[in-house]
Amino acid sequence: MKHYAIKYLREEVIPTPFCSGCGNGMVINALFKALTELGYEDLRNFVFCSGIGCAAWIPSPHFKADTIHTLHGRAIPVATGIKMMRPELNVIVISGDGDLAGIGLSHLIHAARRKLGIKVIMVNNMIYGMTGGQVSPTTPRGIKTTTTPYGNIEKPLDVASIMATMKVPYVAKWTTYHMMPLKNSLKKIINTDKFSFIEVISQCPTNYGRNLGFRKPFEMLKWFKENSIPISKAKNMKEEELEGKIIVGEYLNQIE
Amino acid sequence: MGEKYFIQGNIACAEAAVIAGCRFFAAYPITPASEIGERLSELLPAVGGKFIQMEDEIASINAVIGASWAGAKAMTATSGPGFSLMQEGIGYAFMTETPCVIVVVQRVGPATGQASKGAQGNFYQSRWGTHGDYSAIVLAPNSVQEMFDLTIKAFNYAEEYRTPVILLADELTAHIFEPLEVPEKIEIKERKVAVDYSEPFFDSKDPLKAPPMPRLGIGLNVLVTGSTHNEWGYRATSDPMIHRKLVTRLYYKIEGNAKKICEYELDINDGSKIGIISYGCSSRSAYGAIEILSEHGLKISHLRLKTLWPFPDWAVKELSSKVDTIIVPELSLGQLVREVERASYDKTKIISLTKVGGGELIRPQEIVEIVRRL
Repeated sequence: MKHYAIKYLREEVIPTPFCSGCGNGMVINALFKALTELGYEDLRNFVFCSGIGCAAWIPSPHFKADTIHTLHGRAIPVATGIKMMRPELNVIVISGDGDLAGIGLSHLIHAARRKLGIKVIMVNNMIYGMTGGQVSPTTPRGIKTTTTPYGNIEKPLDVASIMATMKVPYVAKWTTYHMMPLKNSLKKIINTDKFSFIEVISQCPTNYGRNLGFRKPFEMLKWFKENSIPISKAKNMKEEELEGKIIVGEYLNQIE
Repeated sequence: MGEKYFIQGNIACAEAAVIAGCRFFAAYPITPASEIGERLSELLPAVGGKFIQMEDEIASINAVIGASWAGAKAMTATSGPGFSLMQEGIGYAFMTETPCVIVVVQRVGPATGQASKGAQGNFYQSRWGTHGDYSAIVLAPNSVQEMFDLTIKAFNYAEEYRTPVILLADELTAHIFEPLEVPEKIEIKERKVAVDYSEPFFDSKDPLKAPPMPRLGIGLNVLVTGSTHNEWGYRATSDPMIHRKLVTRLYYKIEGNAKKICEYELDINDGSKIGIISYGCSSRSAYGAIEILSEHGLKISHLRLKTLWPFPDWAVKELSSKVDTIIVPELSLGQLVREVERASYDKTKIISLTKVGGGELIRPQEIVEIVRRL
């Protein structure tokens, strides 16, 4: 029997080029489980847009679907053009934190403002992985990277909170530790035609984990678990208590 | 006889786009190109098309690319600063063979320069603006009539060669009001669409022809990437042969068709020893000078370029073989003149007549003065 995910993959490009222990495969698994549970036999009518970076390689070339691998940061404008001309298509953007929160942040904010029915999955590994581990706009304070050898002095950007402030129809944040709720969130956005945003904190053992002293990917997942706080609980906590914590859950849900 | 109008160059461009089949327009406001978007925001919804004002020019060119892959003829319009921002996207459109039209209404630069004043400083940028090895199709109108005609042509070339085409206008041509006659019969080229896997999406047996283009959303599992890719769009970023094959094919697809793409007016007057090479608004100065000089019995030959890139070397050579001197008037510190120097015979003396700033045209008298001193 073939693996359940094969129907969504271009077999000729498997295995993926991702480092061992990378969170990208877990994101793919969560997405494909969501698609399977929703009854999709193939990815017809889906268009996956991605930018540049490790997360942008999730759909391109692996997904057996229309995939458009755009310039760095420009997946959302390309998705905008596609969705405007073909509103019947399910247009999903999958890219990383450098792509969507760094070079392409303004496009994300304007797409949220326009509320065009594109769905954005930001895989946040908190680092520029593909270029060798430089600080990203979402790298936590104090972390040493190849361009912050004395520790990051900048405050990380909380993109999910920005999206929530903009009152887009759906915002959620999970980590790769939270596979079941992530899958359930993905099921919701796949079947909506409203602008939605999911941030997935994901492990990059190669270029991020080693800076934190994690020897194995699983140690990072454990760290995600121990540092995550459900949004319901976080609402009653003080700002200093939440410093360095990952607030997970559905920030906004107006699609159900 | 077609319908006659008295309208502005930018409006002629917008009207022509819709006639050419443009159904998507994304842009960011910028002087002196804004009227094109203003007019299309009215026209496109009426024909089932889409208009969007994007957050910047980078987003604009990328939205155009998305719309083109969704199956639409698509266009953007900008000027110097916006054109600079679009360069990476233009390279992506070239690399992925995405048909689209980029209207550039030249203004005084560099930087913000003089926003509302005309210039011709983007001659080289229109050809070499993005990084890497590529070729470009650039058309240059010199009247309201040509803002119309060449916009149609730009869409036809974009679809025929599956490539971005630049309409390089200038503030003077874009803002002038002149008579326009809409031809009764207009040739419109439609996209060669891939509906199955019988031909690769990114390769062609005939190197002079573009491959058929699939549309997203019809189940063909199209792979599009700006990285080096094989004939089906799979990324291949280490193989030297795949890169050489791709980039030389894309380059030759345009350069190999130069004779078909290049349009110009070559008016050789027997016995004339002096020639002028011009394009865009500066050609109007040249016409004025030629008229004055002919009144004094002096015959001048003139090459007026309508296609700037690919550059018609042979037309320059032909003029150069007939005259002793070529004058090149342009609203820059000397760009077109360098191509003329490269393409002409050594025996021909090349005189550069330049002017920049304030949107002042070269006065015909300035050209006459050069001729008088010869």
